[in-house]
Amino acid sequence: MNAVSNPVATASGDQPFPGYSRVLQPGVDISHKAILYLEDISVSFDGFKALNRLMLTIDSGELRCIIGPNGAGKTTMMDVISGKTRPDSGTVYFGQTIDLTRLTEAQIAHAGIGRKFQKPTVFENHTVFENLELAMKTDKRARASLFALLDSAQRDRIAQTLDRIELAAKADRPAGLLSHGQKQWLEIGMLLMQEPRLLLLDEPVAGMTDAETERTAELFKTLAGTHTLIVVEHDMDFVARIARTVTVLHEGSVLAEGPMETVQNDPRVVEVYLGR
Amino acid sequence: MGPITATISRLYGTRGWIALGVCAVALFVVFPVLNLVVPAGSPFHVSAYWVTLIGKIMCYAIVALAMDLIWGYTGILSLGHGLFFALGGYAFGMYLMRQIGADGQYRVNMPDFMVFLDWKEFPWQWWASDQFWWCAALVVLVPGLVAFVFGYFAFRSRVKGVYFSIITQALTFAAMLLFFRNDTGFGGNNGFTDFKRILGIPVTTPETRMALFAVTGLTLITVLLLARYIVTSKFGRILTAIRDAESRVMFSGYDTLWYKLFIWTLSAVLCGIAGALYVPQVGIINPSEMSPANSIEIAIWVAVGGRGTLVGAILGAFVVNGAKSWFTVAFPEYWLFFLGAIFIAVTLFMPNGLVGLAGQLRDRMRVRKASSALLPGAP
Repeated sequence: MNAVSNPVATASGDQPFPGYSRVLQPGVDISHKAILYLEDISVSFDGFKALNRLMLTIDSGELRCIIGPNGAGKTTMMDVISGKTRPDSGTVYFGQTIDLTRLTEAQIAHAGIGRKFQKPTVFENHTVFENLELAMKTDKRARASLFALLDSAQRDRIAQTLDRIELAAKADRPAGLLSHGQKQWLEIGMLLMQEPRLLLLDEPVAGMTDAETERTAELFKTLAGTHTLIVVEHDMDFVARIARTVTVLHEGSVLAEGPMETVQNDPRVVEVYLGR
Repeated sequence: MGPITATISRLYGTRGWIALGVCAVALFVVFPVLNLVVPAGSPFHVSAYWVTLIGKIMCYAIVALAMDLIWGYTGILSLGHGLFFALGGYAFGMYLMRQIGADGQYRVNMPDFMVFLDWKEFPWQWWASDQFWWCAALVVLVPGLVAFVFGYFAFRSRVKGVYFSIITQALTFAAMLLFFRNDTGFGGNNGFTDFKRILGIPVTTPETRMALFAVTGLTLITVLLLARYIVTSKFGRILTAIRDAESRVMFSGYDTLWYKLFIWTLSAVLCGIAGALYVPQVGIINPSEMSPANSIEIAIWVAVGGRGTLVGAILGAFVVNGAKSWFTVAFPEYWLFFLGAIFIAVTLFMPNGLVGLAGQLRDRMRVRKASSALLPGAP
């Protein structure tokens, strides 16, 4: 499991044989390009199959949009990835090595997956600044929090994020006083403070003005590449603006996948959306 | 600014520290002088009744602070905090019983109830109970351990809200039934009483009373500062975040189990300490301290004073218990009705308690002023 156990490597101090005893790297192993694998995932609630043998692979750095009619299983899929719901069967791998079905929500967040909820969820009684402070990547164990003090580098990071989400002027306001769109941005800012590799964004532009939606599209495009984004959205104009690959879910499995135009003209997709 | 001065200014501003200093002078100088130095005939004399009453209410105030940490700040309503208070009281009560020595009714070096039950030796629970330090350790360890084990399983199974409250209520009720039994070894329904000495010193002299009073006051101030440290730290901000949106806290990478377990256990330990200070001042501990109604009353103190403010918790303990000590003498049958009425009134009209009342009035004034500015000619 580790290089030290290889006697050749330790005795000579030379490089170990490549691939002979592979070192398990901490963090996400994306050596095979893909960052997320969902295989054969099934989830049912009281007999209703929310996900039905769902197969999905997301490449690292991708910006993937997930669309589908109500009840297609989009939010359930995000729940499975983020650990909120355990699948009845199937496997979820983050990179090559991390089995997400065995981790708690907090461990999944630590592994590098950030989640934005459908309804913006921020700490309403805390200020905008404190919201970002609590989200920031750092030692999040209880004992560390008792004695934690912000250093100047951390304050700078919070200030940068405040600028990025355009809430610097409202840093000391309780988050509960923000508009709906601002809360959405604050929640996105909180995700960024976590420094995730993968962002799960459930309806990120719901309730935003056109200008805000446009800025959100720009933000997502700049994040793609360094981050991997999975966006669930009903707003088709928004999807068309940002999407490279679109996956259509229907009744808990993938109905179609490909570029926006191809998917939009797929007769099965049209049927599902317009009703039969 | 050094880390210590930074912490001091984080806890309270200048006015806060001055207010705290005034309280300390009143507790540690004015009160003792009025009680011990001023002669009994003088109108300024403070009688033993008042020393015991205020000392007792200060114990309750510690419990209220503990309740506020877990309920007001973390959003977990415990209806079983009376159990931890009683456990601390019983742990220290064992020591007080052993201090009676051979001065009991039967003139044997054993508590009266054991002689009465014809026990020849102490049961295992009483091991080392004649040692002050062992019992002082039990005061912390027993409530802490019970809370830790109970909390671990409850929080790990994600028991929340009203379900958690009901289970804590059942826990204290079950413990009460257990302590009612003579076999449990703690004096059955009579509990412990007739204390004679503490650390070899007679317990009922004015000086001892005043010393217990002062220790209680010091503990209350220490607990207040400790609680203030916690709620102004990042840890405290996470507690309120758990109260407001626990799932967001988990998805931000915090394992909320340990946060809840820490504050829950600390809260129980503080109740235990309060119970230990209460018993020698009041002179009795029995299983009725574990009755469900007692635990519910604790929640009412905090609701009346103001949830989520430490000063509110202390204020609530003083106001409700002050009212109780007057009411139960003047109209003994109606106290519970009155308590219920206070609770309903506070819930309906003062959601933030007495402390929030000032803010509520200020807001109302502001609205009135703003509307009269908008509508010239309006009164």
